[in-house]
Amino acid sequence: MRSWKFGDNIDTDAIIPGRYLVHYDPKVLASHAFEGIRDDFSKRAEEGDVIVAGRNFGCGSSREHAPLALAGAGIRVVIARSFARIFYRNAINVGLLPLVCHDSDKIADGEVVRVNVGEGFVEAGGQRYSVEPVPGFMQEIVAAGGLVEYARKIPEVKLCTALHP
Amino acid sequence: MLLIYIMGMTLVEKIFSRKCGREVQAGEVVMASVDAAMIHDITGPLAVQKFREMGGKSVFDRNRVILLFDHQIPADSIPAAENHVFLRRFAAEQKIHNDDIREGICHQVVMEKGKAGPGEIVVGADSHTCMYGASGAFATGIGSTDMGFVLKFGALYFRVPDTIRLTVKGLFPERVGAKDLILAIASDIGADGATYHALEFTGDTMARMEMAGRMTCCNMAVEMGAKVGIVPPDEVTWDYLKPRRKIDPFPLSSDKDALFAGERSYDVSNLAPQVATPHNVDQGVDVTKVAGTKVDQVFIGSCTNGRFEDLKEAAEVLGDRAFSDRVRVIVIPASRREYLKALQAGLIERFVSAGALVEAPCCGPCMGGAFGLLAPGEVSLSTSNRNFRGRQGSTDASVYLCSPATAAASALFGEITDPREV
Ligand code: SF4
Repeated sequence: MRSWKFGDNIDTDAIIPGRYLVHYDPKVLASHAFEGIRDDFSKRAEEGDVIVAGRNFGCGSSREHAPLALAGAGIRVVIARSFARIFYRNAINVGLLPLVCHDSDKIADGEVVRVNVGEGFVEAGGQRYSVEPVPGFMQEIVAAGGLVEYARKIPEVKLCTALHP
Repeated sequence: MLLIYIMGMTLVEKIFSRKCGREVQAGEVVMASVDAAMIHDITGPLAVQKFREMGGKSVFDRNRVILLFDHQIPADSIPAAENHVFLRRFAAEQKIHNDDIREGICHQVVMEKGKAGPGEIVVGADSHTCMYGASGAFATGIGSTDMGFVLKFGALYFRVPDTIRLTVKGLFPERVGAKDLILAIASDIGADGATYHALEFTGDTMARMEMAGRMTCCNMAVEMGAKVGIVPPDEVTWDYLKPRRKIDPFPLSSDKDALFAGERSYDVSNLAPQVATPHNVDQGVDVTKVAGTKVDQVFIGSCTNGRFEDLKEAAEVLGDRAFSDRVRVIVIPASRREYLKALQAGLIERFVSAGALVEAPCCGPCMGGAFGLLAPGEVSLSTSNRNFRGRQGSTDASVYLCSPATAAASALFGEITDPREV
């Protein structure tokens, strides 16, 4: 349940370098996560740990290997001040929860973090920080357990229907 | 009571409105059908796997799926070769045309085959899909699971983005061009300054710019977090498309009273060649600030700057001289067609005579995957689009980004060099 603290503009090359993109197994990807940037992560991250970062987390490539690598390391939640667009969607699609928190910089590295999505806050160092809810139309996907499960449930799509933003 | 607002619309809003047959505004989330979907050797296997997990049996339209290999070709490892085999089987099973390793970099190939056009919605499992906005399409990069969904349903949910309009004026000085412009814009807007937005390029500089330069600009929209970089279609666009596909010109641009989330203007008349310094794309400076920095490898290529026009720009700076033997120079045309044009114009012979290694069309060192990786402490100067730490190999290496002209000038001397002075 500890936090792994990162700064601004953590790009997908940092999360998982290009030379490992031939792999798709989350465990294999996790063994190279943040390689050369923060080598202790792949060795010591545990199930339920969270990533805490600054602005624009996950910028760069569309590689879904990035959220998969984090999921493979046991991460279920990433808390950041903001996310790059493709990473945000990929994360939700693969069942990794991206939470926007304007106070993410107040959470220290290694601190124990408790996440309460239902009530929209995270707790660390005796403080509560609110997090933004996932947009309405994506909540259905989160509730289904990811886009694959969502897609399995719908027989067809209704084109041009508006969804809740 | 029903209220009908008649107000101006942006180009992007019009694309979604045309699709849906009703007025669609920025901020709405709509399920929209796609006109084409691109997958390649890195993101394709996972997309296919997700398509199957979703219960997909046959793809939505085999003629709208673009499939090719470009990131790791020819296969550089056994896992890469296995991914290729996997996708070849999928293509055969689905009767999808497979360009395999023959054509070059995905984005260049989509454009030169005319697979993206004005008013269309195109997705690709690659972040630089935003480049096809140069054709007047709404084109955006998506992940593999989203692509699995597209392969099954031929549609995807999109949040229609607000638009930031960039007006570019003036004539480029000698040896300054589209890449310098977009590096300057990235530094101005910042790495996340356009997140969730469309970047629309207008102004007389854009109107004069050829498709190659427009592609360079739109390609890098994602480096500011944008969903797409888009240029309203004009004569240049229609002329480009005419030999590539059947399509009749029609007007498509933002209304005068459209609502923009932001507007910025740039004048290129006094723009200096730009260099993005490590380790972010928005860390651009005038070349004079970093001139003299020693470089170990110069890469001229990628979907950003591997077109004939880029190679020509580099060859003109090079002239009859030889590259410095202190640098490794790697030149990679973006596609087979661009390669042929460069061959026929004698450019390839020039590069080889000057000491460059010319590789067959592919992504090459851009992604630090297949070959051309950097050792700790090494410095690379690259015409590609990203200089993130570790992007081209070791996390202790540095990557600078620049135009083909600056790359060629620097390769002559083994250090970052102002192309206006050689
Ligand atoms: S050339 Fe580089 S940026 Fe372009 S598609 Fe290939 S790896 Fe991506």
